[in-house]
Amino acid sequence: MSVVKASHVYKVFGKRQNEVVKRLEEGADRNDLTKLGMAAVIDASFEVEAGEIFVVMGLSGSGKSTLIRTLNGLWSTTSGSVEVLGTDLAKADASTVRKVRSKHVSMVFQHFALLPHRTVRENAAYSLEIQGMSKAKRLAKADEWLKTVGLDGWGDKYPQQLSGGMQQRVGLARALAAETDILLMDEAFSALDPLIRREMQEQLVELQSRLNKTIIFITHDLNEAMFLGDRIAVMRDGRIVQIGTAEEILTEPADDYIAEFVQDVDRTRVLTASSIMRQTKAFINVDSGPRLAMKTLEENNSSGLLVLDDDRTVLGLVSDRTVVTAAREGHRTLRDIVEKTDLYSVSPETPISELFAPSSTAKVPLTVVDENNRLLGIVPRVALLNSMADPGPATGEIPAVKEELEPLVVSPTAGENDSQDGAAFANEYDLPSESVSSNESVSSADAVEAGDDAERRGL
Amino acid sequence: MDFMNPRLPLGTWVSDFLDWFTATFQWLLDFITLILGGLYDILNLAFSTPIYLVMIVILAVVAYFAAGWKVALFTLIGFYVVRALDQWANTMSTLALVIVAVIVALIIAIPLGILAAKISWVSAVVKPILDFMQSMPALAYLVPAILMFGIGQTPGAIATIIFALPPGVRLTELAIRQVNSEVVEAGQAFGATSGHILTKIQIPLAMTTIMAGINQVIMLALSMVVLAGMVGAGGLGGAVVGGISSLDVPLAVEAGLSVVVVAIFLDRVTAALGQRTPIERARKAAAASS
Repeated sequence: MSVVKASHVYKVFGKRQNEVVKRLEEGADRNDLTKLGMAAVIDASFEVEAGEIFVVMGLSGSGKSTLIRTLNGLWSTTSGSVEVLGTDLAKADASTVRKVRSKHVSMVFQHFALLPHRTVRENAAYSLEIQGMSKAKRLAKADEWLKTVGLDGWGDKYPQQLSGGMQQRVGLARALAAETDILLMDEAFSALDPLIRREMQEQLVELQSRLNKTIIFITHDLNEAMFLGDRIAVMRDGRIVQIGTAEEILTEPADDYIAEFVQDVDRTRVLTASSIMRQTKAFINVDSGPRLAMKTLEENNSSGLLVLDDDRTVLGLVSDRTVVTAAREGHRTLRDIVEKTDLYSVSPETPISELFAPSSTAKVPLTVVDENNRLLGIVPRVALLNSMADPGPATGEIPAVKEELEPLVVSPTAGENDSQDGAAFANEYDLPSESVSSNESVSSADAVEAGDDAERRGL
Repeated sequence: MDFMNPRLPLGTWVSDFLDWFTATFQWLLDFITLILGGLYDILNLAFSTPIYLVMIVILAVVAYFAAGWKVALFTLIGFYVVRALDQWANTMSTLALVIVAVIVALIIAIPLGILAAKISWVSAVVKPILDFMQSMPALAYLVPAILMFGIGQTPGAIATIIFALPPGVRLTELAIRQVNSEVVEAGQAFGATSGHILTKIQIPLAMTTIMAGINQVIMLALSMVVLAGMVGAGGLGGAVVGGISSLDVPLAVEAGLSVVVVAIFLDRVTAALGQRTPIERARKAAAASS
């Protein structure tokens, strides 16, 4: 069920608002209408589901702060409707809107917006004060929430005595204390320095896993959006350009603007194993004999096979050597020779950034498995390198590979090429980079997918 | 009317209007006289009845709790000197008149300032009127005031109120407008009513500046009260005016010095009160710990 529903929301500032809306609906550009009025939000429609973190991302002036303020009625919409838990804010009277705010929607502000003349505890209790709770009760409750956000014992201080990060925790405690289903966060972490910001983001995710609120989070920071957002709406010049998960926006940007925007994002934190994993045929059922295994090895030009159960549960792997030995010793199945030591399994949701360490030491590609340990795909090292290469030479990954591959055709100006060329280069390197890695580990089964080492084939 | 030698009989029109106004609204003027005069009489009686030493101690205690021992010490010595200059009765009369004028001025100025901060057309209307009130020579208020209220304390109080009012309105409006809009928005976002936002957020946060406005109102009222001596308001003003008209140097100096004592007392006490608002308390607590 959608908790917040915005349909065709327009917000125009200025004298002739309705005319601006009409002209925009007819397809006019908002920059041509500045004499009539300033359109801050144009035709925004979206639904936010219960328990979701919905991030609205855009640069300053994109209308995101105005949009979030229409969601709790701080701004009325010029046209279109906003429904919060079934209440249409445009049609509700002032006291209904106030009730919606105090009971259902609370807000965290960019510059904290704490009351400087009140103590931290009184600030945290402010939302409860408006709900009409008695003083003793609300202060006790405020203390609980301060504890939840990690500010135990700071209740008697004044906001000025706290650091920015701590002040925002008070803001968060105040919003959480209201125990509303919906939490609006307007650039809540933007005023904090990067380390604190990261800490707050992690705390928010942790709190969210316990409290399961519906959070609408505004930010101009793409990395923050990607880290927090279950879904992200990207805004530009008042319009929502794309709504999707972090991966969708990264891998299928709706237009050049978004593509350019996501270029600098740290994709290793956003992309997950599932988006770079590959299918493989280099696997074999555990009940097959060594002869079949040898045949499969040969068909796949591979030096190792994954061994699976009947329902694709990953049991381990066999290397070319053990298969040959087993065939010589007359084993009927592979059950006795399955090795588990080199196998490293990850879930499809694991961010790429967490794959590098295991991948660098593993002798075989990482296996991607579901919660029942069933095989979904594999992540060979080359796929990992490729995912890094995508943004282009600027990341510095390409030159590093290039050096080891001196004999290959590499023009000295490659580093100056634009990103598309860079991607093309990276693709050319697919095979070579694979062979580089398999050279490092002689007995490895690295080439399960695409290895074409002549010596191995001779086996 | 000769175009080359224009003469606009504005003064006559105003005078005629005042005559009409006085005749028509005599009941209103009587009522105002009753209130202002009554308030003044009560205060003056309260100040003058105790023997002067008791009154000095009371003033010193007020000064001590508001502004500390230094101001209290000054109050003790200053008002003792006033008594020694034989200006005690006049000083108490002036103090009473100032307090009456300030109370009335604030009752008008603060709500008007809040309204002006909240409603833009009120601000647009009030601003030129305040400009007019401030730039008009103070003595020019006195004549119509005498016309309407006769000689005595009331026209003095009226002229004082009009003269002292503008900074109260202006600084209140400024103070409310200066309150961080995000904090006000926070109040709205949590569902507070505008009354709650005004009393729990805006006024507490604006209090320091509002107190500065009140301080200005008091100082202007004191300066005007002296001029009001010309219309028979008595007190120190009367003494100064008397000193001027009879070239009585000793009297003028002694009365003038007493005005200074009262001025310093009122200024220090009200300025100190401005440092005791909730927001200043929080600021001090923060400064003390860091």
